[in-house]
Amino acid sequence: MGQESQLVATAVAQAGTRYRPITGRPAFIWALLDALVLARRSILETVRLPELIVFVAIQPIMFVLLFRYVFGGAIHVPGGQYVNFLMPGIFVQTVAFGGVTTGIGLAQDMQRGLIDRFRSLPMSSSAVLTGRTVADLARNLFTVVIMLIVGFIVGFRPGGIPFEFLLGILVLMGFSFAFSWISAFVGLTVRSVEAAQSFGFIWIFPLTFASSAFVPVATMPSWLQAFARHNPVSVLADALRGLFHVNPLLTAADTRWALIQSVAWILGILLVFIPISVLRYRRTTAR
Amino acid sequence: MATDRAVHAEGLVKNYGRVRALDGLDLHVDEGSLLALLGPNGAGKTTAVRIFTTLLKPDAGRAQVAGFDVVKEPDRIKAHIGLAGQSVAIDEFMTGRENLEMIGRLYHLSGKDAKRRSLELLVQFDLTDAANRIAKTYSGGMRRRLDLAASLVILPPVLFFDEPTTGLDPRSRRQMWGIINTLVDEGSTIMLTTQYLEEADELANRIAVVDSGRVIAEGTSDELKQRVGGDRIEVAVTRDGDLARAVEVARRHLSSDVTIDPHQRRLSGPSRDGTRELASLVREFDAAGIEITDLQLRRPSLDDVFLTLTGHQAEEEKTTEPSRRWARRAS
Repeated sequence: MGQESQLVATAVAQAGTRYRPITGRPAFIWALLDALVLARRSILETVRLPELIVFVAIQPIMFVLLFRYVFGGAIHVPGGQYVNFLMPGIFVQTVAFGGVTTGIGLAQDMQRGLIDRFRSLPMSSSAVLTGRTVADLARNLFTVVIMLIVGFIVGFRPGGIPFEFLLGILVLMGFSFAFSWISAFVGLTVRSVEAAQSFGFIWIFPLTFASSAFVPVATMPSWLQAFARHNPVSVLADALRGLFHVNPLLTAADTRWALIQSVAWILGILLVFIPISVLRYRRTTAR
Repeated sequence: MATDRAVHAEGLVKNYGRVRALDGLDLHVDEGSLLALLGPNGAGKTTAVRIFTTLLKPDAGRAQVAGFDVVKEPDRIKAHIGLAGQSVAIDEFMTGRENLEMIGRLYHLSGKDAKRRSLELLVQFDLTDAANRIAKTYSGGMRRRLDLAASLVILPPVLFFDEPTTGLDPRSRRQMWGIINTLVDEGSTIMLTTQYLEEADELANRIAVVDSGRVIAEGTSDELKQRVGGDRIEVAVTRDGDLARAVEVARRHLSSDVTIDPHQRRLSGPSRDGTRELASLVREFDAAGIEITDLQLRRPSLDDVFLTLTGHQAEEEKTTEPSRRWARRAS
């Protein structure tokens, strides 16, 4: 006891003189540096939490195998093999589901009082959100790489030039990032892990399944087709199918239009959800 | 506004919907001292801390921390404060060392400084052995120590600890008290909230008793105790039947202001000259054939203060300490 107090006393004496924050850097540099510190934190958590590894790697593989071998035989797509139709759809579904973890993580930080601590520090007020969304983006990229490998094993054969392939992956990542921001807003709003979990998935389910991700939209009743056609999940899945040259029925013009719509969705979502999430973050506290 | 006040608040009001969490809170903390905000759950203590640490904006009133206005200059305040909130705010999947380095970086220390400072803090808070283990494996006491260490990374001049010992075992609590006392000795200014009357008594230079969002009494521990009078004598009798006669005796010796708790077969009253009265009471009980199980002279506790000031008890439930709150005003 006495010894500890002595040690603390020494610490106090030392700290007063030796540790001074760095000053004189512009705010946007700090926003970037702080976000990197926090992105590293989120990535460490992913690596060290076994349940997350299951979510990140094993669950998407199971989805691929399920649709390829269980449902795949019953689903007929015009003009090509189902596995080639399926993989772009399942990429979009996976990154959309992956985005939900952003909101869950933020709700968890809130419950544990970490957001309160971060908000009491002289750091950038966007960093907690950008750090986490960027880390989740990296995690989703990792998942997509694993799925590409598994997809290749089960018969997925994209065509076209490498540039188109990379452009497809880039747009997919943009979509992943945008969905993370929606999820961030949800997580900051509901403020409990359980609610972030259920609210996070509730709107993703109709979005991913009432889309062209797994089945051609033409097979749906007409009232649903209207929704499914303009759904960002469908638009992006079609753009990827065009860029990967896996659907001979899609013309170059179709692909271009789907790509433009996808990018518009991504930018639109980011434009709305980044500011409102940061605003919400600035006002939020643990219960 | 006096410059030697590290925290100064006037008329703070904060509503959550229809619930008024703060209802005109006035208080100040002198530089280099520790003020304990003492009150039950829901009294508004945490809301007050959140306003001072710029996490919440007040609906009315004004407050300054380290000379800066909480509404107009939140960024200036953040560079001068440390907060250890009610829940332990550390990352479970990072090691103790990684946690402290992260906080150092977020206070904008250089990488080298953040590293050096975290090593120092780990030594000082007796966490060196656990430095490279993830915090999920830490005991409750270790988590609290790490959390407190995180609030001291730049050694800010003003510290806010929101119920820093809630949920700790007695040994860990003593340890935290030692650390907090040392911080004050070394010149830190601290505002601490607590439900533990004993804790406020142990640590605080001044105590502000908070109830329903306002300060209902303020002063040193001794000043507050004087409000409920001087020392008291407590007696417990063995047999129910003796209680009435024991009260008779006590009224003759002490005063008519005797409180009775029939369930515990206890009574208490103000003492005028302490130990001499104890001796004569014992003789008198003996002569009357009243058997007693307990007889003590005690200073009024902060529990008594709370009861006197608010008419209700400070804590709804407390299992770590034997109950000292049996007294009810008999008349």
